[in-house]
Amino acid sequence: MRVTQPAVEIVDLVMRYGDTTAVDTLSLDVAPGTVTSILGPNGAGKTTTIETCEGFRSPHSGSVRVLGLDPVSDAKRLRPRVGVMLQSGGAWSGSRAHEMLRHIASLHAHPLDVDLLIERLGMQAYGRTPYRRLSGGQQQRLNLAMAVVGRPELLFLDEPTAGLDPQARRATWELIDELRGHGITTVLTTHFMDEAETLSDQVHIVDSGQVIASGTVAELAVSGAEDTIRFTTTPCLDVGALMTALPHDTKVTEPAAGSYVVTGHVTPALVASVTAWLAEHDLLTGTMHVRRQTLEDRFLDLTGRTLR
Amino acid sequence: MSSASPPGPDLDLSPRPGAAPIPAMLRHQAQMELRLLSRNGEQVLLTLVIPLVLLVLGARADQIVDLGEGRPIDIVTPGILALAVLSTSFTSLAIATGFERRYGVLKRLGASPLPRWGLLVGKVAAIVVVEILQLTVLSGVGLALGWEPSGGFVAVLQMLGLVVLGTAAFGALGLLIAGTLRAEATLAVANLVYVLLLVGGGLIVPLDRYPAASRHLLELLPSGALGQGLRDTFAGAGPQPFCVVVLILWAVCCGLAVSRTFTWED
Repeated sequence: MRVTQPAVEIVDLVMRYGDTTAVDTLSLDVAPGTVTSILGPNGAGKTTTIETCEGFRSPHSGSVRVLGLDPVSDAKRLRPRVGVMLQSGGAWSGSRAHEMLRHIASLHAHPLDVDLLIERLGMQAYGRTPYRRLSGGQQQRLNLAMAVVGRPELLFLDEPTAGLDPQARRATWELIDELRGHGITTVLTTHFMDEAETLSDQVHIVDSGQVIASGTVAELAVSGAEDTIRFTTTPCLDVGALMTALPHDTKVTEPAAGSYVVTGHVTPALVASVTAWLAEHDLLTGTMHVRRQTLEDRFLDLTGRTLR
Repeated sequence: MSSASPPGPDLDLSPRPGAAPIPAMLRHQAQMELRLLSRNGEQVLLTLVIPLVLLVLGARADQIVDLGEGRPIDIVTPGILALAVLSTSFTSLAIATGFERRYGVLKRLGASPLPRWGLLVGKVAAIVVVEILQLTVLSGVGLALGWEPSGGFVAVLQMLGLVVLGTAAFGALGLLIAGTLRAEATLAVANLVYVLLLVGGGLIVPLDRYPAASRHLLELLPSGALGQGLRDTFAGAGPQPFCVVVLILWAVCCGLAVSRTFTWED
C-alpha cells in the first residue's frame, strides 16, 4: 500500500549563520493540496526554513525533502515544479513589470496565459513601469505572479501580502484558495493572524528556530485555551459562591469593582450556569462578553508579548 | 463553475509544470540581458562613448604623451579595442552582477527552471554581442581616422583569440569582485579599477614607454597583456606567447576563485 507522500518533509533541520543558530531541530510535514502557514515573530527562522526548502542552502544537519526530492541535489528536477515568491526583490531594477513576468513565463514549458494573469491580479496599469518605480504593493503582486506563472505543483510564498492594501490582500487570498482547489500545495510565511486563520489548513507556530505548536487554526486556538466570560454587575459579590456553582476547573475573579472575569473552558452550558446563578441572586448584568481565544492570543501566549 | 467564482477572466490555474527547452531559455535570458544593457545609459557611456572619445583624442595624443615611434593612431587604436573589452567584460559585468545579487535577481532566477550555468551563458552571450558591436564601431572609426593595421586576416584572428582570452580574464575578475563584495563596494571598485587600468595599466600607452621597473609588473596584469598583445598583433608581429599565458593564468585563477567564493546574494 502506498502512503501519501508529504509535499514537504522537514526532519530536525538545523541552520546556522556563524555562531547564530537560525533554525534549531525544526520538523514539520506539509500534506499535498493544502495551504500551510508558518507563523512566527521576526527572526524566528521562517525565511531560512523556506529558503532551505527552495534549495538556496544546504541543511547543516537534519533533512529536507520537497516532493520527495532533495532540494539541492535534485534542484534541476524540482525547480520547474516549485513556484517561489521571495520576501523582497527578485527582479532587475530596470526591467518593466510585464516584461519581467513574461521573461519568467518564457522559462517554463506551459506557463499561464500572462495577459489573463495580469488582469486577474489587477496589474494592467503599470505594465511598462520599471520595477524600481513600482510601489511596494505592486512589486508584491508582480512577485506573486512570477511565483505562479510557471504552473507549479507547490508554492513557497514568503510573506505574500506584506505591504498590500486590503483589496489586494483579499485578491491574493482568493488566488491561493483557488490554487488549492486545483490541488496546488502552498506553504507561506506570515505575521498576520487573520491571514493564517482565513487561508490555512495547517498552522505551524515557529519561534527561536523551532516549531512550538502545530495544528489547524481551531485546534491551536482551543488547545490549552483559557476562554473568558466578562460581565459587570453589583460590586463585591461572593465569587467563591459563584465558583461552587460552576464546573470545578473554572475560576472567577473581580479585577475591578463590579467587573468580573470567568476563566475556563467556555461552553454554552457555562454561560447558562453563570446567568442562572446571577438570576438566582436577582443580579442584573450591565454588559457580558464571551471571548474565545483567538489564534493571536495563542500566538502571543506562546511567543511572548514583549518586543524583541 | 459556481456563481461564487471570483470575478475576472477564466484563468486555467491547474498545475502543469515544466521547463522550457534549454535553447529557448538561453535565448530569452540573453535577449533580456541585452535589452537591460541597451536601456542603461551609463553602460552605453562606459562601453561606447568613452572609448570613442578617447580614440578621437588619441589620434592627436603625441602632443600630450610620448607614445614612442610610429603614428599615434596606429598605437592608440589597438589599446582602445582593449579598453572596450575591459569596459564590457569587467566593469559593466561586475556592476550589473553586483546589483543582481543585491536585488535578489540571481536568487529569483536561481529558483526558476533556468540552470545556473544558463545565467552565465546569458551574460556571456550579451557580452559577445556588445563586444562585436564595440569592435566594429571602434575599428571602423579608427580606420576612418587613418589607422593602418598590419598583419591582415591573421591579425584579425589573433585579435579574436586575444579578445576571447581577455574577456575570460576580465570577466572572471569582475565576477570575483561582484560575487564577494556588496553592491556599492563592487560599483566603487569596478569603476576605480577601470580608471586605474585606463590611465596606468598598460592598456593604451605601450609598455616600453613605462619605466623598466613598472613595465615588468604591467606585463603581468591582464590589461598590460591584452593591450600589448593587440598592439603587437596589429603591428604585424603577432602577440607574444607571454601575453597569452598571462591572460590564461588570470582567467583560470580568477575562475577557480569565483567558483569557490561566489554567493547568490549580498
